[in-house]
Amino acid sequence: MRPWSMMVSISILVFITGAFLISGYALGEEKEQVIQITAKKFEYSPKDIVVKKGAPVVLEFTSLDRLHGFNCPGLGIRADIRPGKATRVRFVPEKAGIFPFHCDNFCGTGHEGMTGTITVTE
Amino acid sequence: MKIDRRDFLKLAGIGAAIFSSGLGRLGSYANAASGKDDFFFVQLSDTHWGFSNPAVNPDSAGTLKKAVASVNSLTDQPDFIMFTGDLTHVTDDDKDRRTRLSQFRDIISELKVKNIRFMPGEHDAGLDEGAVFKELFGNTHYTFDHKGVHFIVLDNVSDPASTLGEDQLQWLSADLKKLGKEARIVVFTHRPLFDLYTDWDWYTRDGAKAIELLKPYSNVTVLYGHIHQEHHHKTGNIAHHAAKGLMYPLPAPGSVPKKAPVPWDANQPYRGLGFRGVDMRAKQAALAIAEFGVKGEKL
Repeated sequence: MRPWSMMVSISILVFITGAFLISGYALGEEKEQVIQITAKKFEYSPKDIVVKKGAPVVLEFTSLDRLHGFNCPGLGIRADIRPGKATRVRFVPEKAGIFPFHCDNFCGTGHEGMTGTITVTE
Repeated sequence: MKIDRRDFLKLAGIGAAIFSSGLGRLGSYANAASGKDDFFFVQLSDTHWGFSNPAVNPDSAGTLKKAVASVNSLTDQPDFIMFTGDLTHVTDDDKDRRTRLSQFRDIISELKVKNIRFMPGEHDAGLDEGAVFKELFGNTHYTFDHKGVHFIVLDNVSDPASTLGEDQLQWLSADLKKLGKEARIVVFTHRPLFDLYTDWDWYTRDGAKAIELLKPYSNVTVLYGHIHQEHHHKTGNIAHHAAKGLMYPLPAPGSVPKKAPVPWDANQPYRGLGFRGVDMRAKQAALAIAEFGVKGEKL
């Protein structure tokens, strides 16, 4: 193999290894499950979310109209959801079950019904 | 039905709840001598004017008027009347909000007692940060003194995130610093200051900070609304008492999977609705609470 060709091969190998390490696979970490959730008067979409116990999750919220909130007391997660700005919350569910969540920033006539659930499976 | 103060006191002293705060002691109010600084006031809450759902309250247009008539029928009139928020039911339309708040003001103008204090609930103020409420009723947080008792009205609803906020907490701190540690203090809020049931949003996000500020004072009572039912709780030496509403009752915290108004029971109309009298005696730290139904019947 010519020297320049060997250098290219080594560079590619270093790049792939680096990418692999950064992604977390080489460290034995499980890839995050990213779930995009939109909020608008007076609903979340999706409103019923299923995740796996022990697997890291990122909830990525966007509001389509006004300030909303996300509060899931059973999992200890809360966030403000503002229009025009993505809000990300990372968590690792440590217990299985069905955990209700609700909007906790008063948003209008349908506020009380702006709810959903996170189901954590074994 | 006529209610005179003697009945009220008797009820308060014997049959109804008597709550002590801090250094307060339980006693028989019926036998207590009346002093010039003794007084009572009435708390009405969660009138939700504008609410409409016949399955929940087929007399939604008449309930508040009946309560006004009942208070007016007290032979001895209270020194003042306090409305602890959610005067109106929420509407997304700013114009409707103004109309409802104005209609509410017209209805309660029939009260004989003209010393009336107001505070907003999130239904009145949560969508416009209290703008229309302030125009029609004044400040959303303030203090006043009456016959040796210091009353503090806190606003935990104008911020839709249900916080008091740092400015108001600093204001509260400065106000409390002027008082002796044994001052008689009554705090009015709409939402509970403590975490009553966070799944149903029955708390104030920074309420613990207010409780911390009130903690050094030995004689503090918090009277609030929001949860549409009687509820009694203590955090340290601070007593917290929730009042019934005047439009629809809500279930006990966590008793059902989903929070929703309790349906109307034709066999027991107005069940779970009402108002309360609060009796304060000058030389006793304890206060007495008597609960009344919409039509003034003793509960």
